[in-house]
Parts: sequence; C-alpha cells; structure tokens
Amino acid sequence: MRQKSRRTWSRHRSALLLTAAGIAVVLLAALSTFIGVSDVSPLSILEGGPDGKAAQLLVVSRLPRTLALVLTGIAMSIVGLIMQMLVRNKFVEPSTTGTAESAALGLLVVTIFAPTLPLFGKMVVAAVFALAGTGLFLLILRRIPVRSIVLVPLVGIMLGGVIGAVTTFFAYRLDLLQTLGTWMTGDFSGILRGRYELLWLALGMTVIAWIAADRFTVVGLGQEFTTNLGLHYGRVLALGLTIVSVVTAIVIVTAGVIPFLGLIVPNIVSIARGDNVRRSIPWVAMLGAGFVLVCDIIGRVLRFPYEIPLGIVVGVIGSVLFLYLLLRRPSRAH
Amino acid sequence: MPTDTLAPSRTDTVLAYTRRPGVRLWILAVLAAASVVVFLTVGITGSWDFAVPFRARKVYAMVLVAFAIGVSTVLFQTITDNRILTPSIMGFDSLYLLIQTLVVFVFGASALATADEQVKWVVEVAVMVAFSTLLFRWIFAGAKRSIYLLVLVGIVFGTLFRSLSSMMQRMLDPASFAVLSDASFASFNAVDVELMLLAAIAILLVSLVGIRMMRVFDVIGLGESHAIGLGVNHRRVVTVMLVLIAVLVSVSTALVGPITFFGLIVSNLAYTLLGSSRHALVLPATVLLGVICLVGGQFILEHVFALDTALSVVIEFAGGILFLVLLLKRGVR
Repeated sequence: MRQKSRRTWSRHRSALLLTAAGIAVVLLAALSTFIGVSDVSPLSILEGGPDGKAAQLLVVSRLPRTLALVLTGIAMSIVGLIMQMLVRNKFVEPSTTGTAESAALGLLVVTIFAPTLPLFGKMVVAAVFALAGTGLFLLILRRIPVRSIVLVPLVGIMLGGVIGAVTTFFAYRLDLLQTLGTWMTGDFSGILRGRYELLWLALGMTVIAWIAADRFTVVGLGQEFTTNLGLHYGRVLALGLTIVSVVTAIVIVTAGVIPFLGLIVPNIVSIARGDNVRRSIPWVAMLGAGFVLVCDIIGRVLRFPYEIPLGIVVGVIGSVLFLYLLLRRPSRAH
Repeated sequence: MPTDTLAPSRTDTVLAYTRRPGVRLWILAVLAAASVVVFLTVGITGSWDFAVPFRARKVYAMVLVAFAIGVSTVLFQTITDNRILTPSIMGFDSLYLLIQTLVVFVFGASALATADEQVKWVVEVAVMVAFSTLLFRWIFAGAKRSIYLLVLVGIVFGTLFRSLSSMMQRMLDPASFAVLSDASFASFNAVDVELMLLAAIAILLVSLVGIRMMRVFDVIGLGESHAIGLGVNHRRVVTVMLVLIAVLVSVSTALVGPITFFGLIVSNLAYTLLGSSRHALVLPATVLLGVICLVGGQFILEHVFALDTALSVVIEFAGGILFLVLLLKRGVR
C-alpha cells in the first residue's frame, strides 16, 4: 500500500518535473523568437506600426526559425537515442556513424545531376544515401572482432571521414565547396516560411519511433533474442534505420549537420534518469529542444548584431560534453 | 648433384642485397630525387626561367612539409608506442590553428598587421609548445587508457579546437577573418615565402637536436620501464621530443594547413619497407617517402589527371581507408 502510494507520488513528481521542463522550453522558445536585429517584441506587434511590419516579420521569419529549432532539437536527439538502442552503444549518433556525411554526399549528387529537383526529392535522395552509409557502417561493425565501446564510434567517424573526402573531392572539382560548407555546418539564419516544413515530417518520424521504442530496445539485444520474442529482426532494424536516415536527411537539407547533438542529449538524460527508454523519450525531446534553443540564443547574442551558426556553437559545447562523457571517472570504456 | 640450384642466382643476390635497409634507403633517395627532377622539368612549354623557379618554390614547400609531418609522426609514434597515432589524429594541428586564431583574437588584426610575420609565428609556436606539452601530458598521464579511447578523445579534441577557432573567427571583424580563413584548407600553391625561410630554420634546429638524440629515441621506443632501466631520463627526453613535435606541427600547419593522414601513410610505409624501427633509418625513410608521395603525387595529379591542388583530399581518402584497416586489423601496436 505504502509502496504503491510512493510509486504514484514518484510518477506525479516526474510528471510535474516534465511540465516544468516543458514550460522552460516554451520560455526559451519565446526568448529565441524575440531576439534579433529588427524590433520584434510583443509590444511592437500589438501596436501594429505603420504597415504591420513586426507581425509580418514574426510570421515569415522568426516563428519558422524557432519552430525549426525546436523540431530539429527533438528529432535529432530522439534519432540519436534510437541509434544507441540499435547499435547498443552510447556513443553513436548520425555524426559518428557516417550517416550525416553520406547524406551530404547524396545532396551533392542531387546538386550535380538534378539541381532542379524540389526539396522533397532532394531529401529522398539524401535519405537513400544516408541509409546506404549507415548500412555500410553496420556491415563493417559486424566484422570487428573486438568490440570496445569506444572503437565503434571511432570506426564510424573514420568512415565518415572517408566518405567526406570523396564528397570534398567532387565538390572541389565542381566548385561546390562553399555549398558543401553550408550543408556541413548547421545554420538556421536562412530559415523562412516555406523552407522548414519538411521538419514536421521529421517530427512525425520521431512519433513513430516513440511508439516503436520497445521494439528497438529488443532488437538491440541481438537477432536471436529478437526472433525468440517473436519479432521480425530485419524489419524492425530496417524501420529504425529508415527513421534515422530520413530525419538526418531532412535536417541536413533544411539546416545542415549539427554535430554530437544526438549523442549528448540521450546520455545526459540517461545519467540523470536512468535507462528506461520509453520513459526517457519525452525527457530526451525536451532536453534536445532546450539545448538547441540555448545554443541558438548564445550564437545570436555573442556577436550581436551578427550571429554564429548553430552548428559551430553546438560543436564547441557538444564536444566539451562528449569529452566529459569519455573521460568521466567511472568510465565503462575499457 | 644439382649444385647449381643451391648456388645463389644473380637475381637472388640482388634481392638479398635490396633487403638491406641501408640499400633501400638509397633507393628511396634516388626515387625522391627523380620525382623532384621530373616535377621541375617535365611539361614546360613556356619560359624555363619562369617555370623552374616557380616550381622549385612549390617543391621547397613540399619538402619542408614532408620533413615536418614525417618526423613529427615517427617521434609521436615512438613516444606513444603505437603506430596508428599521429599528432594530427590527436588534434595537434587543429590546436595550432586555434592558437593562431587566438593570437589574432587577443592582439587584434591591426596590431598583427604592423607586427612582423616572423614575430607572430614565433609567438604562436611558443604558445603551441607550452600548451600541447601540457595537454599531451594530461591525456596520457595516470591510469593506462585504451588506445581506442585515446584516439577518440584526440578526434573529439580536434573537433573542439576547430569549432572554437571558427567561433572566434566569426567574432573577428571581416578583414581579419579573411586573413585567417585561408589557413583552413591545405594547399601547396599559396605558401608564404617568408614563412618558408623561418620554417627552414626551425627544421634545421630540430634536425640538429634530433641527430644528436637519434639513439636515445631508439631506447624510448622500447617503452618507459626499459628506457628507465637502461639509464635514460625518460621524462626529460619525452619532453624534448614533444617540443620538437610541437615545432614541427606548427611548421607544417602554418605552411599548408591541417592534413590528417599523411603522416600515418608515410610512417607506416617506412616501417614496412625497412622492417626496422631504428630511428636513424626510419626517420630519413619517412621524409624521403613523404617527398616521393607529395612531389610525385602532385606531378601525377597535375599531368596525368589534369587536376590542380586536390592532393590533400586524395591523401585524406587513402589515409582514412588505411587508418580503418589498421584499426580493424590490429588496433594496438
């Protein structure tokens, strides 16, 4: 009886905390919306001004940008979590498995052969390349005799480096290095209405991921185990990889690579709240959105009125956090 | 009795002869010289008075870089007793870029425009030596860590340094940004002449120290406990080696920007070709192989594939694959 009430209390407390986190994210989003060169404040929108310029700016530029940030934060963090379940390794995410670099290679191929393809088509091609790259990573992984926990991301990063070199080679030959640069650094300064809507699709994918979370956990335990539990191993793995690849492709098409995001957020949640995947998913989503918003605000305030791309800010903060996770004393890395 | 089959045939003698490391070193030297001569002279259509000095400057830069990267990699591998590690995989040349940015950031581009290029370089190298030695001591100190963890930490450090540099570069005014952004992509075409002179002096000094310590390096390669047992002051020698590495990394990065895998390729080729780990043999072999790869590779790219300066990208590709193979095949050692 007592234990039961304690359990309901802890569930209440957890719901309360989650609500508080949600409010914090909303506040951060509001803050992020109202930072900028032109004066867009709640007051100026109410006043309307001569031609409602502030309101227009809000709808065309500021709100889409904030929405894009929140959606990206949620989607990339959950994708990282899925990868970590599938590969059973805490240090993988699209930028440490060659997925992001493969998607960029796909984008380069589209840009060379079918530059007029609509955004959705570009996304599909990038996703197919991302899928192939991740598949290659898994194939290499299967052939590694020693499975040290840090060897897995290391192999992924090197694979990404090789794919990246191929991409750079062709981009260099065709004078597309600058374009490549915009894909490889996440930057939200160009987001306008009509340029971010694919990210809603990414959100849809992460909802599917949420529903299928338990299956991914099972698949992470191995092919035999999965089959014994009556699940189709290949099908679940394919679903997981497809979600990962499509979301990565969408984010790169829209904004560019955001390094280590999907690695940092799930790890912090797992340190703070343990490893129950289904229960940690809302936390991962909240923290992912919050983390991206904070980094974006830093990037916009640090050199006002100019801004530093999000990918660079996350690169600095993310790599420091990653180093902390790697070098933390009770490291399971051996 | 077929005695003649027991007697070594002429080809056998030749083969046995080429198996001697000293002879292989000479073969490498001849090949390196040949690739330099070919690079300088083949395919000149216009005036030789213009073309040869123009190309000679490129060769000069490539030789400096081959020396700096080759020697720093071999010394680093001796210290760490591991043949997959190189200073650049551990993020050292990103660190130099960061320090370069930091110097511009702290003193301002205008102060640097009036200051001497050489003074600036010396300041940068001094900071680099101090900082990289500290960082290296910290990463490798204490508990024995897995080699995979070390490499991963190095790669992430590299990402951190590069992100920090680009963050600071974004915070500079556009003029200083333009000065700096050239340094981030390796190229043998736009090498500063004054820097090359300075780099040559630095390399000369490093060589003087290095030649005197060649045998001590061999002892260090046996591992810390053996080296101490044999009466070598391990800590002091390693510190000297780290300083040499820091200077060499600064030289190569200042000249052509970061190149991740070049050192890995040439050093491993050298070990395999010579079958020896004596520094008196390996160090020159690595440098010669470096010259052959850079000068010969550039020649082939320019004349066979009609490409210009994409050599660093090709190195990155081949080196990345080699690294993966080494990693998967044996990892440690």
